[in-house]
Amino acid sequence: MSSIQTYTQATPEAGLKRALGMSRPDIIHEMNESGLKGRGGAGFPVGGKWNFAASAKSEKKYIICNADEGEPGTFKDRVVLQEHADLVFEGMTIAAKAVSAKEGIIFLRGEYTDLREHLEATLARRREQKLLGRDILGSGVDFDIRVFIGAGAYICGEETALIECLEGFRGEPRNRPPYPVNTGFNGHPSVVNNVETLASAACIMGKGADWWKTMGTAKSTGMKLFSISGDCAKPGVYEFDLGVTVADILKEVGGEGAKAVQVGGASGRCIPPSEFARSIAYEDIPTGGGSLIVFGQQRDMLDVLENFMDFFGDESCGQCTPCRVGNLKLLEGVKLLRAGKCSMSYLKELCALGETMQIASKCGLGQSSPNAFLSVVTHFRDEIMGRTFSQA
Amino acid sequence: MLMTAHERLAGEIRDLVQKLGRNRSSLVPILQEVQKQHHRIGTYAMQVIADELDIHPVEVQSVVSFYAFLDGKPQGKFVIRLCRTISCDMNGKKRVARQLENDLGITFGETTKDRHFTLEWTNCMGLCDQGPALLVNDRLYTKVTPEKVHEILEECRRTFGVHATERKEAHLA
Ligand SMILES: Cc1cc2nc3c(=O)[nH]c(=O)nc-3n(C[C@H](O)[C@H](O)[C@H](O)COP(=O)(O)O)c2cc1C
Ligand code: SF4
Ligand code: FES
Repeated sequence: MSSIQTYTQATPEAGLKRALGMSRPDIIHEMNESGLKGRGGAGFPVGGKWNFAASAKSEKKYIICNADEGEPGTFKDRVVLQEHADLVFEGMTIAAKAVSAKEGIIFLRGEYTDLREHLEATLARRREQKLLGRDILGSGVDFDIRVFIGAGAYICGEETALIECLEGFRGEPRNRPPYPVNTGFNGHPSVVNNVETLASAACIMGKGADWWKTMGTAKSTGMKLFSISGDCAKPGVYEFDLGVTVADILKEVGGEGAKAVQVGGASGRCIPPSEFARSIAYEDIPTGGGSLIVFGQQRDMLDVLENFMDFFGDESCGQCTPCRVGNLKLLEGVKLLRAGKCSMSYLKELCALGETMQIASKCGLGQSSPNAFLSVVTHFRDEIMGRTFSQA
Repeated sequence: MLMTAHERLAGEIRDLVQKLGRNRSSLVPILQEVQKQHHRIGTYAMQVIADELDIHPVEVQSVVSFYAFLDGKPQGKFVIRLCRTISCDMNGKKRVARQLENDLGITFGETTKDRHFTLEWTNCMGLCDQGPALLVNDRLYTKVTPEKVHEILEECRRTFGVHATERKEAHLA
């Protein structure tokens, strides 16, 4: 049983059939109207992105589904691919019609190779049903999708690193601009969208922008999937309307009494109980990829931080100094704090370093990796300073 | 004898290039296939791939070194990757790690002498609600306990039994 009501209730291929009968500008208009923003973390408006790619002049264009889901604590795309792969492919096909792309690629992270067979089988069935391939449902639109498996690198979730990997290079992010919508895979305009973004786009095409806007807030429309793990009774994937409060989510998942909640994965922010009444929406606490990690009262926030900083030190591609060196410095700082040997002035220096990383790093990894550190230092200062014990 | 092994490998790679396409964007898929068949991508394989795609071997080597699932040095037939990220950590990954080390007699980053098992850490694998999670090659195991470690290893070892002949060939080569 799927936990994702909106996807389960979608009429199969309603969105695709409708889009095939619409003009390209009308499809993009519908996306703009819905207010749907990218669900991969950055929250870029979907209609806008499709429009850029549609206006780019090129013989070849690509629709790339970003299924590299690697943000710690995030697993909703895995569930979507397992239970609603058709909806994702439908969304890709709608995007293809909107921007005139003929080729689609789903970039599946290496750790999700177990899903490959299911995805290939779904694609094969769609070809038989004339939902993919030449002349889709007699509309004159040609489009097909292939599966590309990643090789184990978190940074390949960043869209330009992902393209580097597809092209056979090290997954090192490029400078942006140019953006993939102009210069993407092999230099051709490419739309890179998250798994959930594409599935939700298909639902919107099926039921209309107005329906989508009945969910969420004025600035953050629709529903969003949340991956919830950590110290709670019922971890798993949940669907909530945007604007939901942290407290509401905790109640639903049996995580009341939490000491802190990390919103948006390791790159996100650590929220203390005094802010549980805030809502998760683009105008308040950014959703990131929609992950919530719940920390119970027994957790040591420095353990948590050390785990996160280890992660970033390991996954930094090493291209730019603020990120390569900064993450290691922050990790060392966490270790000093744990040993009870960090002076207040050094802690301030570390915070300044974190702020520099946010500004000076080349890509989102280095720009967001200090978030957790900075928010824990802000909200849990009392807990982390002057330790007289050190734990193994 | 070494020559024939090399020739066989070169032939295999040429077939792969034929199948996957003679262009740079086939590089990662080609490397993945070689990794899968040979549990490593050795310098000779890198050289052949570079020749076939008309790029410098250093380019191939630099790609191999970048990705966690591509290895220059030999890996075991079964690569066990235990998630070390936060949710699995809170769910007891440390004890699972200890038991894996005990049962295999190696530490993380090592391969058993018989080249059957490699033990590695990995970062979040998207199974955070069911941790501790581990991956044996492409296969997932969730809610792993120290007690279950033995079962998982036995399951791998039984696979060796099924492929007894293949193992004999490997010894001869
Ligand atoms: C370090 C890093 C990792 C990322 N990982 C992912 C990911 O796993 N999945 C994803 O969809 N987007 C990820 N993104 C965001 C992508 O760069 C890109 O914005 C997104 O795929 C666009 O799709 P959307 O607009 O539908 O969200 C990541 C970004 C950064 C900087
Ligand atoms: S910020 Fe980090 S991951 Fe991004 S390009 Fe710089 S070193 Fe690489
Ligand atoms: S934290 Fe282990 S699978 Fe996500």
